[in-house]
This record gives sequence, C-alpha cells and structure tokens, in this order.
Amino acid sequence: MMVVLAIVLGPIIGGLLTGIDRKITARIQGRFGPPIMQPFYDVFKLIGKEKFINNKVQIVYVITYLFFAMLSLVLFVMGQDLIAIIFVLTVGGGAMVMGALSVRSPYSQVGAQREIMQMLAYDPLLIIAAVGMFMVTGSFKVSDIISYQITHNAPLLYVLPLVFLVLIEVLTIKMRKSPFDISAGQHAHQEIVRGVHTEFSGPYLAMIEVAHWYELMLALGFVALFFATQWYFAVALVVLMYLLEILLDNTTARLTWRWMLKSAWGFGIVLCAINLIAFYFIQA
Amino acid sequence: MGLINNSRAKSPWVVHFDCGSCNGCDIEVLACLTPLYDIERFGILNIGNPKHADILLVTGTVNPRNERVLRNVYEQIPEPKVVVAIGACSCTGGIFADCYNVIQGVDKVIPVDVYVPGCAARPEAIIDGVVLGLAKFGEKVAKMNSKAVGK
Repeated sequence: MMVVLAIVLGPIIGGLLTGIDRKITARIQGRFGPPIMQPFYDVFKLIGKEKFINNKVQIVYVITYLFFAMLSLVLFVMGQDLIAIIFVLTVGGGAMVMGALSVRSPYSQVGAQREIMQMLAYDPLLIIAAVGMFMVTGSFKVSDIISYQITHNAPLLYVLPLVFLVLIEVLTIKMRKSPFDISAGQHAHQEIVRGVHTEFSGPYLAMIEVAHWYELMLALGFVALFFATQWYFAVALVVLMYLLEILLDNTTARLTWRWMLKSAWGFGIVLCAINLIAFYFIQA
Repeated sequence: MGLINNSRAKSPWVVHFDCGSCNGCDIEVLACLTPLYDIERFGILNIGNPKHADILLVTGTVNPRNERVLRNVYEQIPEPKVVVAIGACSCTGGIFADCYNVIQGVDKVIPVDVYVPGCAARPEAIIDGVVLGLAKFGEKVAKMNSKAVGK
C-alpha cells in the first residue's frame, strides 16, 4: 500500500513542488511566472517528442537512474535502512553520470565530471548525518528513527542542530540549486549548455525529470526525519526548508566546484564532527 | 494523445541561433525573457540546447559559411519542431540581400514556418511569431505520424 502510494504520489507531489518553486522564483525576480502545473506539461510534451539517442547504452542508464530513484523513495517509505537508501541513491546518480559519459559531447562530459564532484561532496555528509541519527536513536532504520522520536518526544533537531545545518548544504548540492548548480543549470543558465542532461532528449529527458522528482521527495523525507515527533511538525519543517532552498537559489551566485568541495568537506565535516563529539560527551 | 498535444502548446522550449545578425534582433529575443514580457508565463524557456528544444529562432543573414551550422542545429532538434525566422535579415536577407556573401533568407537553407518581419523585430512581434508557430505543431504531428506509418 505504502509502496504504491510512494510510486504514484511521489512524482505528483514532487512535480507540484517544482511548479511552486518556479512560480515563487519568478515572483522573487519580479515576473509573473509559469502555471503551477508547468512541470507536468513539460514532461508530457517531452514524452511526445521524437526518440533521439546517440547510443543504446544511454537508454539503459536513464532507466537505471529512474528505477533507483524510485527504489530509494520506496525503501524510505517502507522504513528501511538509511545506509542502504543512500547507497541506492548513489547508484542511481552514478548511472546518470555513466549515461552522460557514454557520449562524446564535451558539454555532457564536463557536466558528468562536475556531477561526480557533486556526489563526492554530498555523499560523505549524508552518511555522517545517518551516523548521527544512529548515535542518537541506536538504529539506521527509518522506522526505528521515527518511532524513537515519537516515544521519547525528542526531535533529532534539538540534539543534531549542526548536522541539520550541514544538511541544508547537502540538499542544495543534491537538488542542483544555486550556488551549487554546477553540473546542470536549471532554469535558463547555459554555461555548459545543460551539463549532464545535454545529450538526453525527448522521452529520456522526461524520465530524468521524473526521477528528479522522486529524489526531491526523498531529500525532503530526510529533512522530515529531523522533527518526526508529530507529522505536522515534520511537514512544517519540510515546507520551511523548501522555502529556504528557493530563497538561497535566488539570492546566490554560482560557485566553482572547488568552492563546493571545500565548503562541503571543510565546513560540513567539521560541523558534523563537532556536533557528534559534543553529543557523545554530553551523553557520557 | 490529447494530453500530450495540449502540453506541446503549453511548453515550447526555444533555442536561439544567431547567423550573424547585428545583435538588434538578438537583444529583442532576450528582451522577451525579462520581467516586462516574461515569456516563461507561457511555459516558454530559452533552453540553449537544440536537443531539448521545440522551436528554433533564427536571427541575422545566413551565408555560405554558417549555412552548415544552421542546418546542423536544425537537424539536432527532435520532431515536432518549428522554425521562426526573426527580422528582415533572416526573412529575406534584408538590406544585405545583394551582398555577394549573403543567402537571401533562412528558408533557402531550412524549412521556415513563421516569418517575423522588422528591423529589429519588436519583442511583441517575436512572441506573436512563437504563438503562431505553436498552432503549427498540429500539422507537424500529423506529418510525423504519416511518416511513421510509411515506415
């Protein structure tokens, strides 16, 4: 039941959120903006386009990406192991990179290299966040983390505030929002054409878009885990976080990948370590 | 199929190719993206990648040197696609029509669907041209389907 809900409702909510994002972004820039349903129009149009591929391997990688994005959300909804979810998510991201690398277009290649850098930047931080949750609740399982917070009425945000701060950066990198939209500019930025997505077109681009919605839902699920005492607190935290991401996206300029790696590893890992060490001593 | 056809008209992504214009028309094309005209409210995005685009906007005079590039960009756009020639230069060659190195109009190189006259074409006229192009998607799809049946 939950699995079907995740597969069906995941992209619908994800698409709506993307539409709201585009609308708010337009309003911040003083424009009227597209309709909320715009992401769905885009995807349906892309499905109706001519199938244009460079090689058959590309199709395999796109389907793999979509499948693993779906699988990671399903695992999350089923309350499975966080480490396994991060692993599945990474395999999907890796498939995307391999697909981009299978074409000789320089834009696609540069985009793929940058995507690898992005994955390199956020993956260790996600793992550390999961370890932090384990230290507090004693389990990597999503269902246990939630039930711990409900029974103790103690949201993780209170004990892991610095880890949550780092998660903001992780989300920005994962969702390719400015200042870290370096592997594939969303909206109208065209520095390396469309980065990793350059060589995918028509229905395959539509699949990438849908996979991205699944990933968005999973990322917001991670945020919700930090305040899972009541469902409405979790939803409020997710909404706040999403608005913050949109604001960040619109008020910052793009940074280079060196900046991203330095800030993610330097700032991110140090903050997480301080938080976890402090928690360890307070508990002891 | 109704859903997909509706979506086509609601999400035309645009790629802009400058054949060697004086930049007058190009600036007007970019003006369409500004908050004043904001073409994104019609779902139009300046996507900058022919493989993702639905509509090709061509500005400037075509000449034998960039003819090959123009045809290449055109061929990289997946069907159904629409070509809009913007400005006097791309419609007919404009005041440069008699130059030895100028081809008289984009339609000598690739099939053009909509002509937007003007020097430079106004942003309103460009938006009108794109909207006219949207009406042509129906024909294009019919042609695409008949081609598929022929195969």
